[in-house]
Amino acid sequence: MDITELTVHELQEKLKKKELTITQITKAYTDRINEKEKDIQAFVTVLAEEANKQAEEIEEKVNKGELKGELAGIPIGIKDNMCTKGVKTTCSSRMLENFVAPYDATVIEKINKENMIDLGKLNMDEFAMGASTEYSYFKKTRNPWNLNKVPGGSSGGSAAAVAANMVPWALGSDTGGSIRQPSSFCGVVGLKPTYGLVSRYGLVAFASSLDQIGPITKDVYDSAMLLNLIAGHDEKDTTSEKREKIDYTKCLKDDVKGLKIGVPKEFFGEGINQEVKESLEKSIQTYKELGAEIIEISLDIAEYALATYYIIACAEASSNLGRFDGIRYGYRTKEFKNLKELYKKSRSEGFGPEVKRRIILGTYVLSSGYYDAYYKKAQQVRTLVMNEFNKGFEKCDVILTPTSPTVAFDIGSKSNNPLEMYLADICTVSVNIAGLPGISIPCGVDKEGMPIGMQLIGNKFCEETILNAAYTFEQATKFRENYKPEFKK
Amino acid sequence: MSREDYEVVMGLEVHAELSTKTKIFCSCPTDFGAEPNSQTCPICMAMPGTLPVLNEKVVEYAVKAGLATNCEISRNSKNDRKNYFYPDLPKSYQISQFDKPLCEHGYVEIEVKGEKKKIRLTRIHIEEDAGKLNHDEFGGGSLVDLNRAGVPLIEIVSEPDLRSAEEVEQYLRKLKSILEYIEVSDCKMQEGSLRADVNVSVRKKGDAKLGTRTEMKNMNSFRSIVRAIEYEVDRQIDVIEEGGKIEQETLRWDDVSGKTFPMRDKEDAQDYRYFPDPDLVAIKLSDEYIEDIKNSLPELPESRKERYLKEYQLSEKDAKLITSSKYLSDLFENAVKVCNNPKAVNNWIISDISRILNETEMEPIQIPFDSNQLGKLVILIDKGTISSSIGKKVLVELFENPRDPEDIIKEKGWIQISDEGAIKEVVLKVIEANPQSVADYKGGKDKALGFLVGQAMKETKGKANPQMLNKMFLEELNK
Repeated sequence: MDITELTVHELQEKLKKKELTITQITKAYTDRINEKEKDIQAFVTVLAEEANKQAEEIEEKVNKGELKGELAGIPIGIKDNMCTKGVKTTCSSRMLENFVAPYDATVIEKINKENMIDLGKLNMDEFAMGASTEYSYFKKTRNPWNLNKVPGGSSGGSAAAVAANMVPWALGSDTGGSIRQPSSFCGVVGLKPTYGLVSRYGLVAFASSLDQIGPITKDVYDSAMLLNLIAGHDEKDTTSEKREKIDYTKCLKDDVKGLKIGVPKEFFGEGINQEVKESLEKSIQTYKELGAEIIEISLDIAEYALATYYIIACAEASSNLGRFDGIRYGYRTKEFKNLKELYKKSRSEGFGPEVKRRIILGTYVLSSGYYDAYYKKAQQVRTLVMNEFNKGFEKCDVILTPTSPTVAFDIGSKSNNPLEMYLADICTVSVNIAGLPGISIPCGVDKEGMPIGMQLIGNKFCEETILNAAYTFEQATKFRENYKPEFKK
Repeated sequence: MSREDYEVVMGLEVHAELSTKTKIFCSCPTDFGAEPNSQTCPICMAMPGTLPVLNEKVVEYAVKAGLATNCEISRNSKNDRKNYFYPDLPKSYQISQFDKPLCEHGYVEIEVKGEKKKIRLTRIHIEEDAGKLNHDEFGGGSLVDLNRAGVPLIEIVSEPDLRSAEEVEQYLRKLKSILEYIEVSDCKMQEGSLRADVNVSVRKKGDAKLGTRTEMKNMNSFRSIVRAIEYEVDRQIDVIEEGGKIEQETLRWDDVSGKTFPMRDKEDAQDYRYFPDPDLVAIKLSDEYIEDIKNSLPELPESRKERYLKEYQLSEKDAKLITSSKYLSDLFENAVKVCNNPKAVNNWIISDISRILNETEMEPIQIPFDSNQLGKLVILIDKGTISSSIGKKVLVELFENPRDPEDIIKEKGWIQISDEGAIKEVVLKVIEANPQSVADYKGGKDKALGFLVGQAMKETKGKANPQMLNKMFLEELNK
């Protein structure tokens, strides 16, 4: 038995039956990281030694009966934009190369409270800006299915590590598709929760009104389990909503009879790769056979969502990233003559090109004289996008689209063409704009064996509906049993 | 043209630190004067990933201020980010309010030369204070202290309704007393918890168009505000008279040289790129909430003054002076409760106490003794234990080292001599020592009596009961 092949709920099962121990599991993962990291480059910080030590301590406590939690001793990987006390949080930026946060993000507190084991911090596009993880200051993460391809982004490290069995599951963050798109590229399950379901406290902000933390897992059941852990109101984040606690694993009924699935034609037109389209059409057929009702809907405002997204996200980013000024923490230039030069050089040297591009864009759209034409207009379109989704959900329970117009692309093929890179987000951004939950699950592979992702979008706080739809599909298609990453060179 | 041909037009932006226990977006304390950076946390230091949570007390205090200044309260308000780079601003944006302030369209009434005048308020909004830059004693440039970062402020913006330095001073004093009364700010100007930006312009009388304005930033004493306005008005008139033009600019008042200087801008061109803060939800207030605050407002200076006229028969002038400061007014009422002699307490406050405050440039809140001690002082005089001239000495003691007045007079041996035998002894001694004055008095010079009484007072170090002394002299001299 290869321990790292197992899902978390399978690991739990084996722990319960005493077929496995906590130390065995952690050791299996740190060995796997040791073996695969040189190919995949998923981690910014590996905590192998710490993790094994922690595993021993937790195991001892569990054996003595001092710890009972269901997740005690389960390892996890964390995207490197969530603050972890005492461990570097770099956002894959030179700006924060040596930054150690003095506090834990709320999601990290929850993980620690469960006595889970942090295997390390996972690579990403710098400050979560990008769709390929090529904009990391430190390294380019590779796609486990084909090492010449990108893992997607910005949570590329998280998705690749899950796909390569280097972590059993991971946390990512999603501002315009940063969980779902890399999950699609790496053939794993990625969920972006409804805006306000998970606390953002301690997530280094990219675009505050869009950012949301979510699980990247091997299967849908694990996704529901990890969502159980991280969801809930946090008094430190006033944008997180007070709602009744739900056990998301309870909604996985393996049944979609009567479920109304809306298919927006706009997401299947020009720009969508033919093989992706065919795979999605086959998936729709599968749903029909499972008893779901397929309804054609229209989301024609979606074509404006990408422009809207880049205005709002960049505007917020330009302000959020102002704090990286070289004064209190982070990178500071070596020589400067005055305050202005300190700012200018620290920020010029500390940020990479994509971050600078977005700060400049965002500063521009908020400037006096341009605010009305860009930022204000974008907010108005945002309202229209929400309205259009609301109308869609009057007709259906779930909206089905491709997660990305293509499968994973070659490393280097888009990194010098920002506009083409931005198009990689076209199927996912409108979900963030509207604040809705979306999940990406693998639905097939293309001729070259690269995974294709299907996105299921739910109404606000209807994670249960999309999780069940995804679960039912997964049970019917058994993707994980049929396809495995091959580490093609 | 002469100076009299110009009209001065001014508007004020007043920043008042709210006296909430904790900061506006985190739970750090707001105490003044603590060790640098000892009152900070990841949130007010703007560590990556931290988020603000609005302190509800701040909203409550701002609404109180709005209601006490006749403002309309917005049911739907929000926080906005004001973006600029400066080392005292850790997030590189200040959370403030842009287009939806909490309070709008208010006014404050002042009295200038016996005439009442309404100064309109454009708005009152909430925002966070920045930190402070301190000069590095060890010579390494500037050091950042973030204790003040995130201390809640209200900014009170007036319409350009003010026409003289005197009006500005009246307006500020009125605002200060209102904020003190409703207990939302301690308004300690010397600690910077009340500071004003003054916008000044001049125009020829009769002109409809406003002149170009300059803004003088962050002034925190009445004296420097008045001086700065007078200087800046003269400067502007001189520039215009010499055929020049006023530049719209921000100025810094320098108290030492008595001049204004252009301030170097925080950024070359100020474009704050305001936008709604996505980390904070909208501020929604119900009618009920506002009504509750309205009902909880304490008596304001105006109505307290009216009450003093009726209840204590104070003069209009005295009542106005005492009620101008909540602290003075509370001191008055509580001392009256102790001694039951409003006239006497009133006299102490408007004469000796006010004089000492003026001489020492103290604010009423800095008065070191309490109402109980003042009340007891009045009782000692009323009972004849001490004379009122000894009372003045006791007051000085109270300012220097406040303690029970009874202890003071015992300690100092200031108890009045009211013993007939003792008084007679002194009187006889003085008569014997001053035969010339006695002769003068008997010869019809009444003034000589005053001299003799004075001598007797000197002899007793001011402790003799003056009425008894007078009586005794008359008896002895007319024998």
